[in-house]
Amino acid sequence: MTAGGFRPKPIFEIARRVLMRNSKFFSSACLASLIGLGFLAISFSIQADDFTEGDLKRWNQEFMSVVEKGSKLFHSAELGTNKVSCDQCHPNAANTHPETYPKFQQQLGRVITLSEMINWCIQNPLEGEPLPLDGAKMTALLSYITWERRGVPLAPGKH
Amino acid sequence: MSMNRRAFLKTTGAGLMAAAFPLSLVKLAFGGEGSIPDFTFGYISDAHIQQIKGTRFVRNWDMGLIRAVREANLLTPRPDFFMFGGDLAQLGKKEELDHGLEIMSNLRGKVRYVMGEHDYYLDLGKYWQEKLGPSYYSFDHKGVHFVVLNSILTYDKWTYETWPSPMDRMLAMARLDNPKGSPFMVGEEQIGWLKKDLAKINGNTPVVVFSHSPIQKIFKPWNFWTQDAEKVQALLKPFEKATVIYGHVHQIQYNQIGNITFQAVMATAWPWPYPETYSQLTNALPKITVPMNRADPFFERDATGWQFVDMKSGNTAMDYQLPDNQNRTVMFDAATGKPKDVKYQDDSRRIPPQTHF
Repeated sequence: MTAGGFRPKPIFEIARRVLMRNSKFFSSACLASLIGLGFLAISFSIQADDFTEGDLKRWNQEFMSVVEKGSKLFHSAELGTNKVSCDQCHPNAANTHPETYPKFQQQLGRVITLSEMINWCIQNPLEGEPLPLDGAKMTALLSYITWERRGVPLAPGKH
Repeated sequence: MSMNRRAFLKTTGAGLMAAAFPLSLVKLAFGGEGSIPDFTFGYISDAHIQQIKGTRFVRNWDMGLIRAVREANLLTPRPDFFMFGGDLAQLGKKEELDHGLEIMSNLRGKVRYVMGEHDYYLDLGKYWQEKLGPSYYSFDHKGVHFVVLNSILTYDKWTYETWPSPMDRMLAMARLDNPKGSPFMVGEEQIGWLKKDLAKINGNTPVVVFSHSPIQKIFKPWNFWTQDAEKVQALLKPFEKATVIYGHVHQIQYNQIGNITFQAVMATAWPWPYPETYSQLTNALPKITVPMNRADPFFERDATGWQFVDMKSGNTAMDYQLPDNQNRTVMFDAATGKPKDVKYQDDSRRIPPQTHF
């Protein structure tokens, strides 16, 4: 969807104004047709499900660059305040069990996600401040931890 | 206070009582046979004392070593001596070694030290050796020949020509999962020394080797590995009873290769996962090892510990002291010629926390 000439801003700006002025149903219809027109204007050949080997490669590179950022964080002292890093206890992110989350974390008495457990580790052994759950650092850590566990079947709830 | 803690103190109490009896009774209680008397020694390892800044050190790791020393001081009868199995420091700094040695100075009894890679790769063992002496040596005690090896050396090129600064080198070796790491080795100089040292020893004499890394090949990516392990094993082959006790792995491991019994010790600092938990690579964890329990991160001393060792007729019985867990004993079984866990060895006796994934 990055073919040259695509200018999403004006289209969405028009759509937003239409939305503000008209009924919900009408505006949705307008928005859909405007977006459709927009795409039509860009190119006649690209379909929504059309992507190339080049796209796949690029998307994978984007993901792996975030994995790399996660790996750097995981092996750095910057998440906590006492210079302890995640990899000191979890070489190659082993013993983090991302495939088992969400699960009943018996020590907390409730079902939690891996992100919450990451923050627990940052707050306790690393004596740091928890990360925003939707921030880039948390996404990077999740990407690295999950990548190191690739291929292992999902086992939510497993202890 | 938990059941297990009480059980430990109870055992210590029994020891106190035994000490009050005449010497011959104590000897009977230890079950000695033959010409080699039984005795005990203590083993503490992998404290990883880590400086934050100035006089601030990571509390968690400090507490592990402090606790081990306090508990070891309660042992009665007193062990003949103590060993420290390496990695007293996290980044080889003087401050870390000094702080660690200060905590260790509270331990009552003679202590000998093994060099770990975290003690070595900042200044190549200079300060450690200033404080503690040579990094490889041997001694004899009650009919057993003990050897301490410095098994954490590596290729000269990696050590001397790869890193812009000593701290870069230290940090590179301190990272267990570093793809730019380098395999541990004993090296030709020390193997030559060991050959000469062992040449003087009768084949009936039990030999016990202390090293930081396993003198066997388990998992290279985390250096649960010694590159020239076979050369050391070959030198131990002529002896009827040989044992290697090693640190580094922060977990219970044991194995038997020919005449050589291998036993790993726990860390006081933190546990490490078993290699099988890294799903991308294969490993060679000894099949006979019954693993320690999976660590509960919410109890910071879980899956850490220290040990005392009964030398029984030249073989080892390793008693793992595991805070808030059932203590474990792994002892040489003359019937099978292998070490075994006295409680959990049989498959039917295993418990769910011993499953790692």
